Amino acid sequence: MADVLAVAEVRDGVVQSVSREVVSAARGIADSLGGAVDVAAAGGPGCGAAASGLGRHGADRVLAVEGAAQVDVRATAVAELVRAGSYGAVVFAATGPGRDLAPRVAAKLASPLLTDVVALDVDGGRIVATRPVFAGKALARVRALGTPALLSIRPNVFAVADSPREAQVEAVSPAAEAETGYRVGGFEASAGAALDVAEAAIVVSGGRGMKDPENWHILEDLRDALGDTAALGASRAVVDAGWRPHAEQVGQTGKTVTPKLYLAMAISGAIQHLAGMRTSGVIVAVNRDPDAPIFGVADYGIVGDVFEVAPALAAAVRELRGS
Amino acid sequence: MNITVCVKRVPDTATRIRIAEGGRGIMQDGVKYVLSPYDEFAVEAALQLVEAAGGGEVTLLSYGPPATAETLRSGLALGAHRAVLLTGEPDMDGWATAQVLASELAGSDDALVLFGIKAVDDDQQQVGPMVAELLGRPCATAVAAMDVEGGVATCRRAVEGGQEVVEMDLPAAATVTKGRYEPRYASLRGIMMAKRKPLVEKPAPEVESGLALEALTYPPERPEGRIVGEGVEAAGELVRLLREEARVL
Ligand SMILES: Cc1cc2nc3c(=O)[nH]c(=O)nc-3n(C[C@H](O)[C@H](O)[C@H](O)COP(=O)(O)OP(=O)(O)OC[C@H]3O[C@@H](n4cnc5c(N)ncnc54)[C@H](O)[C@@H]3O)c2cc1C
Ligand SMILES: Nc1ncnc2c1ncn2[C@@H]1O[C@H](COP(=O)(O)O)[C@@H](O)[C@H]1O
Repeated sequence: MADVLAVAEVRDGVVQSVSREVVSAARGIADSLGGAVDVAAAGGPGCGAAASGLGRHGADRVLAVEGAAQVDVRATAVAELVRAGSYGAVVFAATGPGRDLAPRVAAKLASPLLTDVVALDVDGGRIVATRPVFAGKALARVRALGTPALLSIRPNVFAVADSPREAQVEAVSPAAEAETGYRVGGFEASAGAALDVAEAAIVVSGGRGMKDPENWHILEDLRDALGDTAALGASRAVVDAGWRPHAEQVGQTGKTVTPKLYLAMAISGAIQHLAGMRTSGVIVAVNRDPDAPIFGVADYGIVGDVFEVAPALAAAVRELRGS
Repeated sequence: MNITVCVKRVPDTATRIRIAEGGRGIMQDGVKYVLSPYDEFAVEAALQLVEAAGGGEVTLLSYGPPATAETLRSGLALGAHRAVLLTGEPDMDGWATAQVLASELAGSDDALVLFGIKAVDDDQQQVGPMVAELLGRPCATAVAAMDVEGGVATCRRAVEGGQEVVEMDLPAAATVTKGRYEPRYASLRGIMMAKRKPLVEKPAPEVESGLALEALTYPPERPEGRIVGEGVEAAGELVRLLREEARVL
């Protein structure tokens, strides 16, 4: 019997929706191991209260470490929580902040870490995880030989489950803060990037066929029509041309995305682009070339001029949503 | 200012991956190997930082099979000064790799140890911060640009929705992503000079792996897609299918 620790992501006092997936996955493991689910909520003031709602997805207890906002301090706090419990697994989110945090915690615990996991099994009390390698060209099934098994799950892959219970919030005081030589100085928001492409449920990606950065308002309008879970993505050709920031690049040297819906607008579908999006739920391609390789992975395609089809799609979505 | 850059030899991103019989590895014939693309950004960052500091040496460090020597020569051709190859077969356990690399770096007083944000074969995004932790150095990840002055490295990190500025006291470590650094091309002179630069090879220390690879498989084929139609007329039908058939709207 062993418990599972789910590491929640709280940003500016708000629990990120990926944490519901993390807790749901942790619940699934805990049910196999016959243990409870604890949530580690390490962050700024109020992070514990913010995380208490995760009881709905199967958390029995929330361990709140407030005053641990910076990543290195958070790593120390989470490692302490792991040492104090008897966990069979520790589950992180493979988001930007999760990728920053998890390896630090793993090193403090002298433990391997399975990142970007897309499927999980428990076999003989051990975690067996499936994760993409070679940019999704293959899947590796990997067994963690020790406990606890540390892993991070890819966003939008694990279902959010309902397993309601009253999660007790326990405050844990962080270890005395030592001088770490690491100081967060400030943050500069980039224009218009409200939602990260790697975490969005819907991605509207534009390629070189958009011809000019001035034309991006067409894709922005389609994104707006699709709602606030939609984000913009881009091919490398577009990023290299300086039309869009690298943060939006999807592919082998950009981000790997797994949205429920991916729209490839005037993107040819080079192998390095496919590497970043082929595991999306549903793929739509709009391209004027019927032989474009993107149609080989698309569930639905429209052959046509993006400058006509994209606005028509936005209008059709608005009509559907309006009714 | 001296800098070590950890670099990995990986299959070229355009290479077709074929799983070997038994499912424990990939077929080697026809696979072209390269310096992992993000490690190229880290090498470029190191060269520029050393130039900006007015002098210093860039050391390349890799853990990999003997053929990695070629990859290291290609890095030396870009302008790095020397290279160290710890020969062995890294597996998917990034913690084991981190221990191997840290064993070599433990005595290093280089101001910076740089990494790529990820190696594009196993896609782990973990080795950099793990090595930093073992060395007791502060570590900034996803660094798009860095400046060093007065014993402090100021990093611009690419994060959700913008850039975060982080300051680190040297000695420090960082993982580099695409941003300010455009990898240079090797000049003919650079390639000639690389042949004479020191490249030390020694066996990697034995480190036990904490992970066991059970099988490599191909991802499930995507079901045959379909062309909904041509031009504007197809838009309404596509949106209907996305709602009623695919249920994503
Ligand atoms: C090491 C390496 C790493 C790489 N990493 C990445 C990566 O991370 N991500 C990535 O995306 N690429 C990556 N690439 C680049 C990749 O190989 C392609 O060059 C790139 O994806 C092409 O971008 P694109 O599809 O936008 O442009 P193109 O290939 O030029 O395609 C443009 C498409 O637009 C269509 N089109 C043109 N006009 C219209 C119109 N009016 N209406 C409709 N359709 C139109 C065309 O038919 C064409 O299919 C990498 C390459 C290398 C070597
Ligand atoms: N075998 C290796 N030898 C040298 N450096 C490595 C090795 N594996 C990983 N690295 C470094 O760690 C970074 C991240 O790798 P990973 O955590 O595997 O994605 C790489 O970009 C390299 O800088």
